[in-house]
Amino acid sequence: MTDTTPVGWAGTKRRRPAIERLLARKPLDESAVDRFLARHQVPVVEGARCTFLYRGAADEVFVIHRIVGLPQRVPMQRVGETSLWFAVLELPAGSRVEYQLEVRRGSDVVSGNDPLNPRVAHSPVGSSSVCAASGYVVPPWVTPDPEARPGSLEELVLPSRALRRDARCQVYLPARFRRTHSYPLLVVHDGSDYLQYAAMKTVLDNLIHRLDMAETVVVFTDPGSREVEYPNNAAHARFVVSDLLPALASSLPLLDRPSARCLTGASFGGVASLSVAYRNPGVFGSLLLQSGSFVFTDIGFDHGGGQVFDPVVKFMNRFRARPRRVADRIYQSCGVYEPLIVPNRSMVPVFEGAGMEVRYVEARDGHSWENWRDRLRDGLSWIFPGPQKYYYE
Amino acid sequence: MSGTPPVTLLGPQRRPTLPGVVESLSLTGLFAIVTAGWQEREKDDAELSSYLGGESVNLALWHRLQDVLDRDPEFAEAFRARRAMLDEMQDLYLMGVGHAMDALLSLYERRSATASLVSRAITDAEEVLRDLDDRHRRRIASVHGAFYDRVVPHERPLVRQHRDEVTVALSGASAAVVAGGHVAALLDAMHLFNVAPLLGSRPVIAWSAGAMALTERVVLFNDRAPHGPAVPEVYDAGLGLVPGVVALPSARKRLLVANGPRMATLARRFAPSACVPLDPGAVVSLSSDRSLPAGTLVVREDGVVGPSGGSDD
Repeated sequence: MTDTTPVGWAGTKRRRPAIERLLARKPLDESAVDRFLARHQVPVVEGARCTFLYRGAADEVFVIHRIVGLPQRVPMQRVGETSLWFAVLELPAGSRVEYQLEVRRGSDVVSGNDPLNPRVAHSPVGSSSVCAASGYVVPPWVTPDPEARPGSLEELVLPSRALRRDARCQVYLPARFRRTHSYPLLVVHDGSDYLQYAAMKTVLDNLIHRLDMAETVVVFTDPGSREVEYPNNAAHARFVVSDLLPALASSLPLLDRPSARCLTGASFGGVASLSVAYRNPGVFGSLLLQSGSFVFTDIGFDHGGGQVFDPVVKFMNRFRARPRRVADRIYQSCGVYEPLIVPNRSMVPVFEGAGMEVRYVEARDGHSWENWRDRLRDGLSWIFPGPQKYYYE
Repeated sequence: MSGTPPVTLLGPQRRPTLPGVVESLSLTGLFAIVTAGWQEREKDDAELSSYLGGESVNLALWHRLQDVLDRDPEFAEAFRARRAMLDEMQDLYLMGVGHAMDALLSLYERRSATASLVSRAITDAEEVLRDLDDRHRRRIASVHGAFYDRVVPHERPLVRQHRDEVTVALSGASAAVVAGGHVAALLDAMHLFNVAPLLGSRPVIAWSAGAMALTERVVLFNDRAPHGPAVPEVYDAGLGLVPGVVALPSARKRLLVANGPRMATLARRFAPSACVPLDPGAVVSLSSDRSLPAGTLVVREDGVVGPSGGSDD
């Protein structure tokens, strides 16, 4: 038996996919499966072909993912009479996909991460397995660099009059922080999640060390009730502008101009960033909006997002009806595999039409923290560029 | 040697050419070292000192500046306010320069129009760029003037003390070397402690940011910036020890030298000053009148890097 099949006009030979080679093996038994699994990382990535695998007793197995445009429950096939199941998805180069497996045994259905795949992404709602397709690499600046001097994180408990509660924040000061210098300010929504799931402190340390972004003071804020405070909430906007900014300005050497202030957030945090700026035009020079939940309707109010999206849709519809310049510059990113890709694409001309400079970036990724992490270098270095232009060694 | 002491500009010193240059100039005795561009690492100068025969004194200008900022709050506040204003001015200036540059590069690509008319439009756009540069430079000078009027450095005891110490340290030095690094930090420190007249009276060797700081006009450039080619920008006045030169350290690494229109624009924009690439291994020994010797590699007005003194200059 040969492992190659003649293909192509140039007489080149392409290696057959690993799963086909396994299927052709005789005898196709558990020993063959053992050897196969020992030789391959799971999922098996061969060009655009990603082969997902499950081994165990089951009546049905499905790959569950959230890629818009593909069936989101992909049935696996059994490999001969063995305990191995497989499914093949074609994923374009550079894709990163989070998934789980659903296994049915009789009436018992269990969903969970892929036991054969050690790569796992975490989020506030749990973890998922990760398929890194061909061409996707974890950026080197998301893991700690021993050469990078770490900045510090300090707890800030701010009694907020606007929110009528103590707002717990974490303030990042860059490694070489000096009170005799002045710094731009980045306000992060869902701050603890950005720190925990997008490695944002490490990212900041590394980007500043690499001169990719300016030394910046970053305040990580957290919502009380996210579904209340983030979708265009007046109290939240007051908290940011009337409680948080004055408190920070009185205790830290911050640059006192809009171009040195940026709001950022993902998903509902993107809506919160946009709405805070909308309610306070001229305060923030830049917005960094990741997979903003910019759901809107062109007619009627049937948005399909449930009650929690009602205030979002009202806000977005109002904004789209009368677009307003809320900042000078917007960095906007979205994953092409997430349902929010269409609303995000739709907002680009609206933002630009309102006179804002927009840098819009799409990634072959989903609505996930690692997607947002991976876009931070591009976004932060565009919003607050590093001092590379000053260095001539 | 006649007239003024020699000034030598070098390329980056990752593979040091400094020892050979020191030897060729027959420089001996104590060297004053300026490494303010290295900021926190300013005093990590053991390797550099070894290239100078071990006889050197670091002027520690960056640390002196930090000392002033830490201990003189009024000065620090004024210093910070000036920096914030200059940064904002730089951003606004860059908006104008960016649009003018975009227009210029579009004109270069405009092959469907009458060549003579395009050429005239290019000349106009370059004039706009030069005008923006000149206005910006004058405004920067005005901000510096207001700052010095307000803080009067020579009347501030701490600044005066540091200046005196720098003067003493330099007085025993037979030559000075100015290293690269962060050009803004280097300029801040050199300007505050007023080292220009002290450096001007002895041989100086400078490289990278150090070479930029010695010129009249510091131009920042990076065609390989993370978000695409940045527009060269006038940053500030240098010490003026090297007139008529725009220093371009690591030009081949930082500039799209094969892009003729960009390079031609660079050369014409800053003419009559010469845009001088300072790549690794470069040694530019200025003439006794501080002019560039004929044959120095420059960016010519046709966008080609070649020896000066040719028909295209």
